[in-house]
Amino acid sequence: MKKLATKFLALSLLIGVFSCSSDKPEAAASDTPKPKSMLAEEADPMTNKGLGPITSVEMSATVDQTLADHGKSVYDKMCTACHKPTEKFIGPAPKGILDRRSPEWIMNMILNPEQMVKEDPIAKKLLVEFNMSPMANQHLTEEDARAVLEYFRTL
Amino acid sequence: MKNQSNQLQHFLLGLLAVSMLVLASCGKTNQGANTGALSGNAASKTYVAPGQLDEFYAFMSGGFSGQVSVYGLPSGRLFKVIPVFAVDGEKGYGFNEETKPLLNTSHGFIPWDDAHHPNLSQTNGETDGRWLFINGNNTPRIARIDLSTFETVETIEIPNSAGNHSSPYLTQNTEYLMAGTRFSVPIPQKDVPISSYTQNFRGALSFISVEKESGEMDVAFQVLMPGIDYDLASCGKNQSHGWAFFTSYNSEQKNSLLEVNASQNDKDFVAAINWKKAEEYLKQGKAKEYPTDYMHNVYNESTQTATSTSKKTVKVLDPADCPGLVYLLPTPKSPHGIDVNPTGEYIACSGKLSADITVHSFANMLKAIENKDFDGEFQGIPVLKFESVLGGVVKEPGLGPLHTEYDNQGNAYTSFFISSEIVKWKVGTWEVLDRVPTYYSIGHLMVPGGNSMKPDGKYVVALNKITKDRYLPTGPELTQSAQLYSIDGAKMELLLDFPTIGEPHYAQGISADKIIPKSKQFFKLSENKHPYMIPSEKDAKVVREGNNLHVYMTTIRSHFAPDNIEGVKVGDKVYFHVTNLEQDYDVPHGFAVMGANNGELLIMPGQTETLVWYPKKEGVFPMYCTDFCSALHQEMQGYIRVSPAGSATALKWWLGEEKPVQ
Repeated sequence: MKKLATKFLALSLLIGVFSCSSDKPEAAASDTPKPKSMLAEEADPMTNKGLGPITSVEMSATVDQTLADHGKSVYDKMCTACHKPTEKFIGPAPKGILDRRSPEWIMNMILNPEQMVKEDPIAKKLLVEFNMSPMANQHLTEEDARAVLEYFRTL
Repeated sequence: MKNQSNQLQHFLLGLLAVSMLVLASCGKTNQGANTGALSGNAASKTYVAPGQLDEFYAFMSGGFSGQVSVYGLPSGRLFKVIPVFAVDGEKGYGFNEETKPLLNTSHGFIPWDDAHHPNLSQTNGETDGRWLFINGNNTPRIARIDLSTFETVETIEIPNSAGNHSSPYLTQNTEYLMAGTRFSVPIPQKDVPISSYTQNFRGALSFISVEKESGEMDVAFQVLMPGIDYDLASCGKNQSHGWAFFTSYNSEQKNSLLEVNASQNDKDFVAAINWKKAEEYLKQGKAKEYPTDYMHNVYNESTQTATSTSKKTVKVLDPADCPGLVYLLPTPKSPHGIDVNPTGEYIACSGKLSADITVHSFANMLKAIENKDFDGEFQGIPVLKFESVLGGVVKEPGLGPLHTEYDNQGNAYTSFFISSEIVKWKVGTWEVLDRVPTYYSIGHLMVPGGNSMKPDGKYVVALNKITKDRYLPTGPELTQSAQLYSIDGAKMELLLDFPTIGEPHYAQGISADKIIPKSKQFFKLSENKHPYMIPSEKDAKVVREGNNLHVYMTTIRSHFAPDNIEGVKVGDKVYFHVTNLEQDYDVPHGFAVMGANNGELLIMPGQTETLVWYPKKEGVFPMYCTDFCSALHQEMQGYIRVSPAGSATALKWWLGEEKPVQ
């Protein structure tokens, strides 16, 4: 019973913290805790690997053109409805993304977008920045996602 | 901790019970007897907590709605209405170009039917979760529903039939579906006086083969029977596998005022058909090709489109040419339901005007055939002696027996329409073990797996004809209803009332474990071979072919490509071929356009569907996504400019900026 009481106390405190932590004007009127996805913390984009099946990516010094070509064909079919290669569209452009994000993060964003936009600090910010337009899970295989990553190196 | 949560649970249940008592005491008490049936912890037995899944699927016939409804048991929650024989604007079924052919018949496009008896496919006498078959009663048809998509994928019209009622009961490996005609008619059809019934009318009992891998149906053969009314069917199991049994009424061969005239004879017939023998006769070339006309419609999952084929002949076996093919078993008083028990030995026949349940024995039937224990002939078909085939009688169990299902303990459950109850009896001893009232006037009943060789038991569902005071009134037409009873104790116990769509006739139940792993989550774009499918937005286009405009459109959260179209003219016929580019679970998009004379499209992920639109007025008309798809769903919209016929407005389409999508 004591344990339960402690838990309850912790929960109430947590709710208290959430409802007090908001300093944004649009949320000031609301007493309800904000969804987790609204609370982005800072993270180093180049070391953040994101959340998902990919923990490390091997990349050769030079672009594997065969792999990149395959990646382009996958990208053209599965991604272009929302991502133009070099300009902002529904979602951000992948051009230069390897200067902004780790390769693991990129593949996890492709393979595991639902968890990423809920829990990864960068992905959470992007969701807000891109007008709450969700990253669709297009169920690429890991091999195809890796090929898309290689294609991004050519942009 | 566990103890405390138990205490809490008991407290809450107690509170619930008290509030129910308070509620009950506040309401009218004229239904005391009915609410009294709910006792003990009945509510907890049907309680499936939020987020939890039901143990069984129940597939209910939608009766005169023409559809199939899918429920969970024990909760009685409705999950889906599968459109089968009736158009459904919600899903675009029968309105989009892809599914229209499924409703084609030799009488043309038929947007409605009366669906009665769902039957799950079986392997080795056990439900296998592959397909669900159901009959269309009015314009004789059978449909096949694929249980990986829960969509109707095939319909076949039954030739020479009139009222496909005893259907589609199936054999233990789904070799054949039964399709017996209710009405006898001239075969082939011709213009004759109705009063020439006895000379001109015959009844066709059709055997529909099912291809083992694809499930595709075919009219394998028909048996041309005497002109009477055939009612219901059941197929043999184990030792009786190879036989099919059909009940009948109107052995008086009357064509008017059947209510009186077809209830004269003390006994009517069960027709026992040896279909393995029929296969031999077919091989020997004993079948005659009869000219006829029927449609076979198949949905191709690869092209995502159904096509119709017109067929012109059917193989017919005449019992006169095929000795040993058919025997008639005299059975008291207009037998309705017929249900072979799980071992295959007993055939329960419910004479609907009889006070008893007659149970024939398969072993006795074989013996009687061997001994030529005949009681004359009917229209040239040998009639077996009643006493020789009888296996047992359940004496005066109730009034108006209709249907029987079985559990896994050797018990049978028979519905009684007139006395409005379910009676449990023991197979073999024929003693009545228990009875429970139903509210009201039960027709069919269903035990999960209860017509197979491996019943699950546990529950029986009553499918009632009348609900009267059981629900809030909704004008003269009341809700249809089912009731759930537990059967795993010594006494049957009423657990739950729940409404159904249309009039529920038969139903089928299956363990959810057999369906869940096969359930499709989305269609792979790479496997979509629809002729108007486009794999990406850059392929979006509008093509003019005379007055026909083909719009190749895509959807993804949350926009259409293209979303602005100009150059459409009054008098055009516009085909919107919409491909949903999503490749994720539970992300369908809808498509609706103002003034469309059909329905919407509801396009599953990876699917392509086509809506035809006839622009009739000049102006600019909206289109939008109807299925909430994302936070920007309300932004998923577009415009179509319609110019006068013969105007010079250029054909243009775009997304984002006014230039072609490319």
